[in-house]
Amino acid sequence: MAIMSKALPAPSATWQARFVHQGFPVVVVLAILILIWYVAAWVLNSPGAIERVLNNREGAWGWQDLALVTMSMERPLLPAPHQVAMDLWESLVDWPLDSPRNLLFHAYITAQSTLAGFVMGTLLGLVLSVLIVHSRTLDRALLPWIVASQTVPVLAIAPIVLIILGSLGFTGIAPKATIAMYLCFFPVTVAMVQGLRSPQVIETEMMHTYAASKWQALWWLRLPASLPFLFPPLRVGVAAGLVGAMVAELPTGAEAGLGARLLTGSYYGNTIQIWSALVMSALLGLSLTAAVALAEKIVLRSRSGR
Amino acid sequence: MKKTALIVFAIAVCALMLLQVLPAPGEAEGKITPAFWLSCVIVAVASVCSIQRVAALDTVKYGERFVGLLTAALFGLWLVYFWQILVVAFEVPRVILPPPSLIAQSLASNLSKLWDDFVQTVIQSVLVGWVLGCGLGFAVAVAIDRMPFLQRGLLPIASLTSAVPLVGVAPIAVMWFGFEWQSKAAVVVLMTFFPMLVSTLAGLKAAGKLELELMHGYAASYWRTLTALRLPAAMPFIFGALKVNATLALIGAIVAEFFGSPTHGIGFRISSEAGKMNMPLVWASIVVAAVAGSLAYSLLVQLERKIAFWHPSVRGVK
Repeated sequence: MAIMSKALPAPSATWQARFVHQGFPVVVVLAILILIWYVAAWVLNSPGAIERVLNNREGAWGWQDLALVTMSMERPLLPAPHQVAMDLWESLVDWPLDSPRNLLFHAYITAQSTLAGFVMGTLLGLVLSVLIVHSRTLDRALLPWIVASQTVPVLAIAPIVLIILGSLGFTGIAPKATIAMYLCFFPVTVAMVQGLRSPQVIETEMMHTYAASKWQALWWLRLPASLPFLFPPLRVGVAAGLVGAMVAELPTGAEAGLGARLLTGSYYGNTIQIWSALVMSALLGLSLTAAVALAEKIVLRSRSGR
Repeated sequence: MKKTALIVFAIAVCALMLLQVLPAPGEAEGKITPAFWLSCVIVAVASVCSIQRVAALDTVKYGERFVGLLTAALFGLWLVYFWQILVVAFEVPRVILPPPSLIAQSLASNLSKLWDDFVQTVIQSVLVGWVLGCGLGFAVAVAIDRMPFLQRGLLPIASLTSAVPLVGVAPIAVMWFGFEWQSKAAVVVLMTFFPMLVSTLAGLKAAGKLELELMHGYAASYWRTLTALRLPAAMPFIFGALKVNATLALIGAIVAEFFGSPTHGIGFRISSEAGKMNMPLVWASIVVAAVAGSLAYSLLVQLERKIAFWHPSVRGVK
């Protein structure tokens, strides 16, 4: 989805010009979205606010009171943005890092299983793609089933993975990581099959004349050629892995993790908690993909410099 | 071809004979002899041979797609076959992994229940949400096509949402729209909207400069250019999003059912039966979900071949 780069101004443009061209529209759209959010919060919360707060008050109330009350309710239908931001900030600042009231603690738990699943999924994807590229039988027999495996929804297999791994004695992050892996390996496999096949005939033939073995050709030609293909699916994979890890926390009844936080929030009708957990998971997803994008930049730059 | 068919047939007959010797699930104790294991190994080797033979069929003569499908189908059949044999012979507890025969039984005896689940989850939540989400994404993309300011503002945000676990809105949707299918459809709409928006916007930029100038030369109006050139050129992108969204929609609907649902639905069935340790029915529900997902995917692929038949990625497939 690198379409944005097309709209970039000439490289000689200063950063101010670039901001006006790119950043300003984003800021405007974000501001409009937040405005819509506030209006929606006001509309959605009004009936509850009138019924629960204002009718219990003595005397008459005007629309200013209504606006104030809808923005500061305990369990609003839709919390206002600043309420969510405050809740998030308080959880980060007021509680120590190892306290279950701190959202960073939950983010850490989820990130752990996401990353474990991401590493496992990437390795599995690499191994599968190497096997598929080297064997026509596996290409024909396995690849369609790998595609089909992704049409099975994650939450469907989550309880089964939990039960199987649990009876084998694996608990804790292993089941969650396995489910994250299930979502991660697919994009890596498909893209790497393409990447490992990207060297041209000339190059593979040269390897052949050097009497290079299959493994040498893989190591010196196919793997380096596939590097540009590897990173976009890694970005997709880490985001998918986060979804997997969060979903995996639902049926386990996990006590910690962003998914568990969502679940307890929905059990107790604590909407602000749901929203702040959502914002936290969005931040986690963004920082994970940003980390992968950074790694991509470093690796590809050092490669082109060689 | 004839030789391969004969070999595969012979191996299949041997495999079926071995299946006849296999005791019923749960009664395997003491009945598994070394001779059984030996024949198991022989059939395993033979099965690998059969897949290799089919995969090596002449693709020019029989078509790439036919050979691929045949190989994949054969591989799947062998997988289920050895699943059955190994699970029964090793007496794996039913709770961990039920043999396929039990899953098939469970599927057959709960057909009406599973059909209800299918209607609730796939026909109502997924289909409605998918159509609405994709339609909205498409409509918004076409609407802001003439507003570069909005495009520049929306596109980065829409692209970023792919890194955000949007399924997380499921508890909120259930709170707002109730336990029925509407809340699931709402989650699906949100999940499918952004991929469609981003892909359509990308697709609308995909028309070649030469063709655009030709349309300009014909003095074609904006709408004429859109419908005659740019939308057809965008079709591969749109179908890409439709396919991705089909899978996303199933995930969204099933996850949303976990946060509260009426007493039917695939997600509800899976989580409640897993709680009762009735694993054959859980697996049967997964089979239903998988078949629905694969069917939707292959339908879309067929449709893409019909509509975007001119595109290189489609033309390459015979």
